[in-house]
Amino acid sequence: MSTTTTSDSRSSREKAPAGERVADWADGRLGIYSLAKSNMRKIFPDHWSFMLGEICLYSFIIIILTGVYLTLFFHPSMNEVEYHGSYIPLQGQLMSEAFNSTMHISFDVRGGLLIRQIHHWAALIFLAGMFVHMMRVFFTGAFRKPREVNWVFGFLLFVLGMFTGFTGYSLPDDLLSGTGVRFMEGAVLSVPIVGTYLSFFLFGGEFPGGDFVARFYSVHVLLLPGIMLGLVVGHLILVFYHKHTQFAGPGKTNNNVVGMPLLPVYMAKAGGFFFLVFGVIAAIAAIASINPIWAMGPYRPDMVSTGAQPDWYMGFSEGLIRVMPGWEINLWGHTLVLGVFIPLVIFPLVLVAIAVYPFIESWVTGDKREHHILDRPRNVPTRTAFGAAWISWYFVLLVGGGNDIWATHFHLAINSITWFVRIAFFVVPVLTFMATKRICLGLQRRDRDKVLHGRESGIIKRLPHGEFIEVHEPLSQDALHTLTAHDQYKPAEIGPTVDENGVERKVSGAQKLRARMSEGFYGEEGQIPKPTVEEYKEITSGHGHH
Amino acid sequence: MKKLSARRRHPLAAVVVLLLALAATGGLYAAFAPAGKAQADETAQSLGITEGQKLYSVGCASCHGTGGQGSSDGPSLVGVGAAAVDFQVGTGRMPAQQPGAQIPKKKVIYSQAEIDQMAAYIASLGAGPTIPTKSQVSPEGADIANGGELFRTNCAQCHNFTGKGGALTHGKFAPSLEGVDPKHIYEAMQTGPQNMPSFPDTTLTEKNKKDIIAYLDAVNGDDTESPGGLELGGLGPVSEGLFGWVFGLGTLVAVAVWVAARTAKAKKS
Repeated sequence: MSTTTTSDSRSSREKAPAGERVADWADGRLGIYSLAKSNMRKIFPDHWSFMLGEICLYSFIIIILTGVYLTLFFHPSMNEVEYHGSYIPLQGQLMSEAFNSTMHISFDVRGGLLIRQIHHWAALIFLAGMFVHMMRVFFTGAFRKPREVNWVFGFLLFVLGMFTGFTGYSLPDDLLSGTGVRFMEGAVLSVPIVGTYLSFFLFGGEFPGGDFVARFYSVHVLLLPGIMLGLVVGHLILVFYHKHTQFAGPGKTNNNVVGMPLLPVYMAKAGGFFFLVFGVIAAIAAIASINPIWAMGPYRPDMVSTGAQPDWYMGFSEGLIRVMPGWEINLWGHTLVLGVFIPLVIFPLVLVAIAVYPFIESWVTGDKREHHILDRPRNVPTRTAFGAAWISWYFVLLVGGGNDIWATHFHLAINSITWFVRIAFFVVPVLTFMATKRICLGLQRRDRDKVLHGRESGIIKRLPHGEFIEVHEPLSQDALHTLTAHDQYKPAEIGPTVDENGVERKVSGAQKLRARMSEGFYGEEGQIPKPTVEEYKEITSGHGHH
Repeated sequence: MKKLSARRRHPLAAVVVLLLALAATGGLYAAFAPAGKAQADETAQSLGITEGQKLYSVGCASCHGTGGQGSSDGPSLVGVGAAAVDFQVGTGRMPAQQPGAQIPKKKVIYSQAEIDQMAAYIASLGAGPTIPTKSQVSPEGADIANGGELFRTNCAQCHNFTGKGGALTHGKFAPSLEGVDPKHIYEAMQTGPQNMPSFPDTTLTEKNKKDIIAYLDAVNGDDTESPGGLELGGLGPVSEGLFGWVFGLGTLVAVAVWVAARTAKAKKS
């Protein structure tokens, strides 16, 4: 027995277990030990809103997986064929091979329809997830230094996701997607001077031609997803590099991260969450139909259906077009279709408006510090109001894009809706901005009140002389910290324009603008001063306060 | 014969010949025409027309005029035909409840017999499309695929690709074709009610109409299956987007909240 043990221990000394040997081999070539050492214990804070990005990542993976399956059966060709598949109401109809193969996937490939629906639902949820994730980052100020680049990466992912979605929506060559492509062609045509050339270049001649499905296919399965994959990897690397932000709270500072380690806790949570996301999306795809191309029929340029809208993420561009008056200018035998061209110009501006805000804010604050503690939206009223205004603007355009559905389902006149959107496009964001700012300031006042006077306990006390008072309970130390942890900026001042020697200094327009914006952001109208220690002490010392 | 030929130049001869000819034609007609049946039919029809006129005077004349000539409140009904009456009254659109952008369909208040009487009266005012027969509207023997192509070419731009309806300008709308009697679909195509253009047989032949009805029956009928699951109204991307946001992302956020709320706990030791 003893000999065996000795020989065993010797052999283990000579020969490590297989797993260790493989790990050693890999470490010698990839340096995984140091990587694992630095990353396995990486801490992530716990909050449900930090998982919105995960929803996007997982739905993106689901889209890639299902997309690969679909490419096995999809024929990106516009050759005309006659339909002889299982779906009776289209028997003998002429259609492109793209449509025919999508019908084949839907009705004759095992699991084809489910995979198609998972792919499409996951795409809608991917974009919706990115939208909400982006708004989470926006309203909590997670875009501040050092994360501006990652904000831009995320924004690019959203925009590329929109176009990947659009090209995918166009591939089956059904009546709806063809209408969408026609819409895009119209937008391209409206570009002055080069529009016609661009359109002919894109479609290989007159619309629809025989090329666009094959071209959109490479863009949809190769070009855009490739770029997106790179950006996703970059986005994740930056999240690791910057470490995750966290909400203010006791023990949480700008220099630490309070949470659970990546391994094993987050690995398990994230892995499990992936399957939950997959499960939810698969369940939805199994329950609800999406893009029923068999009902829409093959595309022919002489056909169109009402209710022809793009998927939701392109809906705001549809809204821009639908509510724009049909203006046009005819000069020297050329037509400038302002009714289409102006929406085409506003389309990127809507997106850019939200994308550049972080840079405007950092210019106004002039803050060069790193920020790892998230803001509560109420504590940054101007930013929150801007974000809310942008969302309301976006939503107004979505209403415009679905004006016909709103009309039929709410028994309204489509013209009234269009006019509402035309006016609301300018008015609603302003109103939302003002209302949100007031709400934020109100909440700040309430926080201030809570810190200084405590929580309303609901206990009514009658004093000996007959007066009734409500007992206020002082907040716990933790709550006081959370409510007062945020920094408050002072409005930037231009400073004396004349120095001590009486020499006048030049003040540029940009400086003046910055000072004015800073006043708006952080002046008296922009925030409620948070309670100071002195104020707190004075009140809690019990002078003239119940 | 001599007597007859001698008088053949008599001034009254032409009159006599005319009378004889008329008598002969009338007699022959009376002898050969399906006299008895025609007689009975005419009575029933004229009875129907009379009854229809009475119903018309009570229910329709205030807008369409006492003789169907129309007024500022309603169009002339001369020449609209029985099919128009059967459609408008048979779907409850007429008599109209109130003026508006469009008269919606509602509960039918006349019996089919009364509708037929009014239809007979209106048809008597001037020739127009008749009520289609059962075989004309039955989807049997029709080419569904051709119907679909015709539907997408002619109908889908207002009624949506499977006839779920859609919006028109100024509060008008193309109604949903779900659950609409094939006879009424046929009549609507034939007569072009309200904002709808009419598709007479010269535009869409009888066979075409039958095909369209068969297509609608196949894609939007009672037995239509939705291969992909819930149809979500069959309205296209707007309802899909709403569903994706509310039930897709909504569920995922709920799941995220659930997962985040379950964190690892330190072991008690």
